[in-house]
Amino acid sequence: MSDTVASTVQPAAVEEVGEARSLGQDAWRSLRSNAMFWSAVLLIGLFVLMSIWPSLFTKTDPSFGNISNVRATPSAEHWFGTDTQGYDIYARTIYGARASILVGVLASLTTLLLGGVIGVVSGFYGRWLDALLSRITDIFYAIPLILGGILFMASFPNGPNSNYFIVVGKVVLVLTVFGWPTIARLMRSSVLQVKPNEYVLAARALGASPWRIIRSHILPNALAPAIVVATINLGVFIVVEATLSFLGIGLTPPAISWGVAISDALSSIRTYPHVLFFPSLFLSLAVLAFILLGDAVRDAFDPKSR
Amino acid sequence: MSTSTTKSAIPESNYKAGADGLLLEVEDLFVEFHTPEGVARAINGVSFDLRQGETLAILGESGSGKSVTAQAIMGILDMPPAVIPSGAIRYCGQDLLTMNQEQRRKSRGPEISMIFQDALSSLNPTFPVGWQIGEMFRQHRGMNRSDAYAQAVRLMERVAIPGAKDRVKNYPHQFSGGMRQRIMIAMAIALDPAVLIADEPTTALDVTVQAQIMALLAELQEERQMGLILITHDLGVVADVADRAAVMYAGRIVARAGIEDLYAHPAHPYTRGLLESIPRLDQKGQTLAAIGGLPPNLTRIPSGCTFHPRCRMAQDICRTEEPALRTVGNQQSACHFAEEVLNG
Amino acid sequence: MGKYIVRRLLQMIPVVLGATFIIFAMVFALPGDPTSGKCGERPCSAEYVAKFREEHNLNDPLLIQYGKYLGKFAQGDLGTNYYGIPVKEDLAKRYTITGRLAIMAIAFETFIGILAGVLAGVRKGRFVDNLVTVSTLFVISIPVFVIGVFLQYLFGIKWGIFPATVPSLEASTFSLILPAFVLGSLSVAYVARLTRTNLVENLRADYVRTAVAKGLTKRRAVGVHTLRNSLIPVVTFIGADFGALLGGAIVTERIFNIQGVGGYIWKGINSRDGIAVVSTVTVLVIVYLLVNLLVDLLYGVLDPRISHE
Ligand SMILES: Nc1ncnc2c1ncn2[C@@H]1O[C@H](COP(=O)(O)OP(=O)(O)OP(=O)(O)O)[C@@H](O)[C@H]1O
Ligand code: SF4
Ligand SMILES: [Mg+2]
Repeated sequence: MSDTVASTVQPAAVEEVGEARSLGQDAWRSLRSNAMFWSAVLLIGLFVLMSIWPSLFTKTDPSFGNISNVRATPSAEHWFGTDTQGYDIYARTIYGARASILVGVLASLTTLLLGGVIGVVSGFYGRWLDALLSRITDIFYAIPLILGGILFMASFPNGPNSNYFIVVGKVVLVLTVFGWPTIARLMRSSVLQVKPNEYVLAARALGASPWRIIRSHILPNALAPAIVVATINLGVFIVVEATLSFLGIGLTPPAISWGVAISDALSSIRTYPHVLFFPSLFLSLAVLAFILLGDAVRDAFDPKSR
Repeated sequence: MSTSTTKSAIPESNYKAGADGLLLEVEDLFVEFHTPEGVARAINGVSFDLRQGETLAILGESGSGKSVTAQAIMGILDMPPAVIPSGAIRYCGQDLLTMNQEQRRKSRGPEISMIFQDALSSLNPTFPVGWQIGEMFRQHRGMNRSDAYAQAVRLMERVAIPGAKDRVKNYPHQFSGGMRQRIMIAMAIALDPAVLIADEPTTALDVTVQAQIMALLAELQEERQMGLILITHDLGVVADVADRAAVMYAGRIVARAGIEDLYAHPAHPYTRGLLESIPRLDQKGQTLAAIGGLPPNLTRIPSGCTFHPRCRMAQDICRTEEPALRTVGNQQSACHFAEEVLNG
Repeated sequence: MGKYIVRRLLQMIPVVLGATFIIFAMVFALPGDPTSGKCGERPCSAEYVAKFREEHNLNDPLLIQYGKYLGKFAQGDLGTNYYGIPVKEDLAKRYTITGRLAIMAIAFETFIGILAGVLAGVRKGRFVDNLVTVSTLFVISIPVFVIGVFLQYLFGIKWGIFPATVPSLEASTFSLILPAFVLGSLSVAYVARLTRTNLVENLRADYVRTAVAKGLTKRRAVGVHTLRNSLIPVVTFIGADFGALLGGAIVTERIFNIQGVGGYIWKGINSRDGIAVVSTVTVLVIVYLLVNLLVDLLYGVLDPRISHE
C-alpha cells in the first residue's frame, strides 16, 4: 500500500494562509483607516496644544476688558466678538481650554489609576479583600457623581484669590473620589474573566509572582475596556466641571474656563447669543472628540462590531 | 384540541414534487461576499438535486461553503454582504431566487426547513422552548397560543423528550445539549416540510448522543419521506444514513457518488484525503492532517484546479486548466486524473 | 425570590451607612457660621448661638454627631432644618413634583430612546441611522444646563409654548414636559445609542437567523426575537442612570425654578443647612439603591437565565 492518500498529498503550502495577528495589531489596523478616529485625534491634539500654549493661537490678552466695547458681535478685530465685560471671546475661549482639558485629563488618569488598582486587587486576590473592596466600591457608587460633586464643592468653596491649580485640583479630586467606582467594577469583572484562563493558571502553577501575572497576563486583557471607558469619561468630566461652574461652585472668575464663560453668557442668551455660542461650541467639540475617540477604540477592539 | 385542528386545517400546498419525486434542484449557483477585504467567492457553480425520501450528504472541510449553500437554499443569507450573481434554486419546479419575498418566507417551515449546529445559540434564550416550537403554528397556521402549546407537546413527545408535558415551558438553558438538538428538530419538522436541511446537527454533541440524534433524523426522514440534506465534516456519521454524497472544496462540488462508492473507491484526491483523515476529523476547524495546508483564501482562488497547491498528484495541467466535473465509472469527479485515482 | 430580596436589602445596610457617613462628613465640614443671618442684621446673641449648637450637636466630634444623627434616622426622624421645621415635612411637600419629573424623564428615556434606537438599528447605515447617531452625539456633547437654558429660552420665552418656570408645587403635567425632557435628554441619547448597538449585535445572533429560517415575518423576527434580548442591557442602564437623574434634578430644578427635592438640596447647601441636606441626600441614595434592586429583579424577569432563587 505505498499508494495511500498520504502519498497523493503534499506537505503544507501555506502561502495563502492569513497570518495570525494579535488583537492589538488588529485593532490598530482597523483604527488606521478610520476617519472618525483621525478627526478625533486631530481635534484632541488641537485642544491639548491650546491648553499648553494658548499664545500660539492668539496674541490678545484674555484678561484685558474693554468696558467701552462690551457684547460686540464678531468682527475682524474680535473674531468671536466680546463678552459682557468687554473681554475678547476668541482669546477667552482659547485660554479657557486649559481648565477643561486639565480637569478632564487629570480626572481620567486618576480614576483609571485608583479604580484600576482597586478593581485588579479585588478581582485578583478575591476572598475577604474582594468582599471589602467591593462594598467600598458600592458605597461610592451609591453617591451620584453630580450630587457628590455639588456637596463637595459647596463644602469647600473657593476663596476669592484661590490659586488656579488648587481650584482645578479640587475639581479633579472630587471627580476622582466619586468617579472611580465605574472603572473599578469594570476592571474587576475583566480580571475575573481572564483569571480562569489556562495560561494564567499555568503561570501561577509555575510560581510566577502575582505582580508578574498581573502585568503580563491580566493587564493586557483587562486594560483596553477600562481605557475606553476612561476616554469616554473624560468627556463626561469636562461636562461635570462646566456644570459645577454653572452652579457657581466649580471654577470661579477670575479663572478663565469654558464653564465659567458659558454660565456667564447664559444670563444674556436672549440678547447676545454669540457670547454663549463660541465657548459652548468649543466645549462640545472637546467632549465629542473624546467620545468619538473612545468609540473608535472600542469598536476596533471589539471584532463583533465590525 | 380536536375542534381546533379542524379550525386551523393544514393549508393545501402550492408545491407538487416533480416526476420521480424531484424536490429540489440547485443549478450552477454562485454566491459572493462583498467585504472590505475584497470579494470572497464562497460558492462557484454548485449544482445538485434532491428527491423525496432521499438523503444527500454534503461533505467538505471547514470553509468549503457547505453552510453558505444551505443558507442560500433557505434564503437566510445576509444580503449584503452576500450576493447571488447567478444560478437557480428550484423547489418543486419554482425558482426560489426569483420568487417574491413574502411567498418565499411562507415556504420556510412548511416546505423547507433547517436545523443548525449549535442548538443553544440557535434557540432564543428568553422564551420557553414550547413557545418557540408553537410559534411555527402561530405564524403559519394562525393557531392560538394554547393550541400551539399542545402541538409543541405533541412534537416534543415525537422527538422523545422525556416529560414533554412538564417541560414545554422550560427555557433552552435548562436542557442538555442532546435534548436541545431534539427541540430544534421538533421545531424544524413541525409543519411537515418536504425538505429538511441539517447543517452539522451533531458536531456539538457527545459521540453517544450523536448516534441518537442521527438515528432520530433517519427515523423521521423515513416516516415522512422528506428529502434530507445532511451537512457534515464527519464522514463516519453519514455512512449509515446517506444515500448519496457530494464533496465540496473551495465552493465547488469536486466529487459526487453513491455513498458506498465514495467510501470504497474515491475518485478524487481530496475525497481520499478526507477519508484518510476520518479519525482526526472529530473536531470542527481542525486542519486535515492527511492533507497538508489549508483551504484557499476565497478572495484569491488558485488558478486551474483549486486543489492543486495541496495535491501531490498535481501536474502542470492542474495549474492552468480547471477540471470539469465528469463521470468516471458510476460516480463523478472534477480531477484531470480521476481514472488514475479511481483505479490506483 | 423573597430570600433574594431580603439578602439584597441586608446588603444595602452597610452601603447606606457608608454613603451617609461620606455625605455627613462632607456637609458638616461646611465652613461658616450656620447662625449667621438668622437674627436679622445683627449677629446672634451668644446665648442663642450656644443653644443652637447644643440642639444640633455641633459641639461633639464628627463621629459622635454622626452616631446621634443615625440613631434618630433609624427611627424615621430625619431631623429638623435650621428653621425648626422637620425635614420630613419639607420632603413630604416636595417629593411629588420631583417624583413626577423623574418619572416623566424616564418615560422620555424609555419611549423616545428605545424608539430611536430601534429605528436606527433596523435601518443600519441608512438615513435614520445617521440622523439618530448624529443627533445623539450632539445631545451628549452639549452640557445639560446649556440645553436646558436654551430650550427654556426657545420654548418658554420666545415661542411661549411651555411655561418658562414652574414654581408651583402643584404644577400640571403639561408644564413639566419641558423640564422633564431636559432632565432626560442626555439619557434619551444614551438609551438610543445603547439600544441601537445591542439591536445591531443581536440581529446577527444565531437565534435571529433561526427566527428567519422559521419563516417568521421580519416584524416578528425583529420585534419579538431581537428586541427582548436587546432591551436587557438597556433596562440595566436606566437603573444605573437613575442616580445621574437625581443629580441632574438639582440642575434642572434650578433652571426652571422648581421647588422640588433638588431645589431643596440646593437651598440647603446655600443656607448651610446641614441636616436638611444630609437627610435629603440620604433619602435619595436609598431610593437610588431601591431602584437598582427593582431593576435587578426586572432583569431576572426579562432574562430567564438569571435566577434569583
Ligand atoms: N457573512 C459572511 N461574510 C464574509 N464571508 C463569509 C460570510 N459567511 C461565510 N463566509 C465565507 O464563506 C466561506 C464558506 O463558509 P461556510 O460557512 O459555508 O463554510 P462551511 O463549509 O460551512 O464550514 P464549517 O464547516 O466551518 O461550517 C468561508 O470562507 C467564509 O469565510
Ligand atoms: S486536477 Fe490535479 S490538482 Fe486537481 S485534484 Fe486532480 S490531480 Fe489534484
Ligand atoms: Mg458550516
